Amino acid sequence: MIERISGGRRTWGIVMKALCYISLIAVTALTAFMIIYVLFRGLPYITPQLLLTKPSTLRHTIGILPDILNTIYIVIATLVVVLPIGVGAAIYLNEYATNRKVVELIEFAAETLSGIPSIIYGLVGMLVFCQFCSFGTTLIAGALTLVIMNLPTIMRTTQESLKTVPESYREGAFALGAGKWRVIRTVVLPTCINGIITGCILSIGRILSESAALLFTAGFAHNVNGFIEGLGSAGATLTVALYVYASERGEFDIAFAIASILMILTVIINLLTSYMGRLMKRRNGQ
Amino acid sequence: MNLKEYLAQKGYKDNPRRLMEDLIHLVFLILGLAAVGSVLVITIYLVISGLPAIFKIGPVKFLFGTRWASTAAEPEFGILPFILTSIYGTAGAIIIGVPIGFFAAVYLAKMAPKKVKEVMELCIGVLAGIPSVVYGLVGMTILVPGIRIVFGVPDGATLFAAIIVLAVMILPSVINVSLTALEAVPREYEEASLALGATSIETYFRVTVPAAKSGIFTAVVLGIGRAIGEAMAIMMVAGNVANMPSLFKSVRFLTTAVASEMSYSSGLQREALFSIALVLFLFIMIINAILNMLKTTGGEKK
Repeated sequence: MIERISGGRRTWGIVMKALCYISLIAVTALTAFMIIYVLFRGLPYITPQLLLTKPSTLRHTIGILPDILNTIYIVIATLVVVLPIGVGAAIYLNEYATNRKVVELIEFAAETLSGIPSIIYGLVGMLVFCQFCSFGTTLIAGALTLVIMNLPTIMRTTQESLKTVPESYREGAFALGAGKWRVIRTVVLPTCINGIITGCILSIGRILSESAALLFTAGFAHNVNGFIEGLGSAGATLTVALYVYASERGEFDIAFAIASILMILTVIINLLTSYMGRLMKRRNGQ
Repeated sequence: MNLKEYLAQKGYKDNPRRLMEDLIHLVFLILGLAAVGSVLVITIYLVISGLPAIFKIGPVKFLFGTRWASTAAEPEFGILPFILTSIYGTAGAIIIGVPIGFFAAVYLAKMAPKKVKEVMELCIGVLAGIPSVVYGLVGMTILVPGIRIVFGVPDGATLFAAIIVLAVMILPSVINVSLTALEAVPREYEEASLALGATSIETYFRVTVPAAKSGIFTAVVLGIGRAIGEAMAIMMVAGNVANMPSLFKSVRFLTTAVASEMSYSSGLQREALFSIALVLFLFIMIINAILNMLKTTGGEKK
């Protein structure tokens, strides 16, 4: 067996295999390093004072409560707007559309949207929402910018799970005399709720990690506000606050503390999505 | 034709449910067209706000001018340094990131035990989900001082640091897309090759990889798109000086040029920033077009 494979071939095979292992180890090491390094540098600085107060120039303390609240507000506002649009668009594509050209146009648009870099979203969001709609630099302008960014994500995940709803469910409901809208509302949507939830989780991840698009649309104030009041004023999310503290104020400890919070959230979000994915696979398998 | 006649003609009068259904259909159509509307709005706004400055400065002077001094007494707006930096930076990231991503994907698709694969998929998901500013932060505190010490340059915030950060950031999408392409190759191809006496490694690299090459190419193009559009992470590690690109000099990318001056810009400077964004948008649209072409040719093969 060994005799039949020439030395050159065997060396080539070993080299290729080695390259594979090296690359894999590099990727694993990189991930482990990122997580451990950030947590190592950041966790010691996460104190109740940091989490529960706002920055005070009088006492020279920095708190990230306003940034946490702003992040929550912006996530809620974005999801509330993007969910109906994204799910509706997916329903149109999967349930209503009969014209091939229209479907292709919408899918092309969604793909284009997902390729546009966030800095361009930031600029256009600034022009459209802050200036043209005269919202000014506010959380709501930031949230609306993020709506456009996350539209393709929600559309894609919803559409994928709509495709897995068996045709017989729809036929059964139609046969019982239900109209199309009723079928969608009572049969199709409840069956694909998993896909919609996955889309939400992915979107939350993107919103948490977004900075360039929010810098020009939502600004970087650190005030504690209620939900409605907060949406109408400028505010930094955690990610933007990280950027400001790290590169403009040189507060690396605070920046690492925020980074470790974001890192933990990233890991949680990934565990959740892979769990949802397994859940959906199991359901489709049965 | 007035409304009443229209309603009667469509048969809505006797059948209100049909009217309801058609209205709902219309609502969903409008929601579906939201994405198309967004693309149009983005394109139109960028063109309207980006074109005037290009013509005020002169297209050739703007695109091929080598000096950017937007706040000088006699401002000059040449963005060639930014364009070249973006191209070099992206090329560098591809050269470093794609081979690692490619080999890792081959391993995961063909050789990895199930458990390893599950853990690695989680790793890649986390790597993809880490906010770009966190990469920037880690780059700032490790790469930048590291480069200063290892290469003995006065400031570590250089194109080289940006290339490494970009290479890491494109890894997850390169791995994921190549992985999907490699897994889609029919098992029969590999079986035939094994039956002819090729070793398993030879089969993976001489049969599976060529069969999945359009998917792997898609991964590379996607990586280019990611790298060219990234702003915040490289803003934190590239030094942000408008030099012509050189590996160990502080540089500014197309994206960082926009991000760094936007907050205090005014007048022609501000318009020029929008023109830079327009140039960036053109790059992205070209990449999108290539992706689309790859997708349609890949579809025909099946």
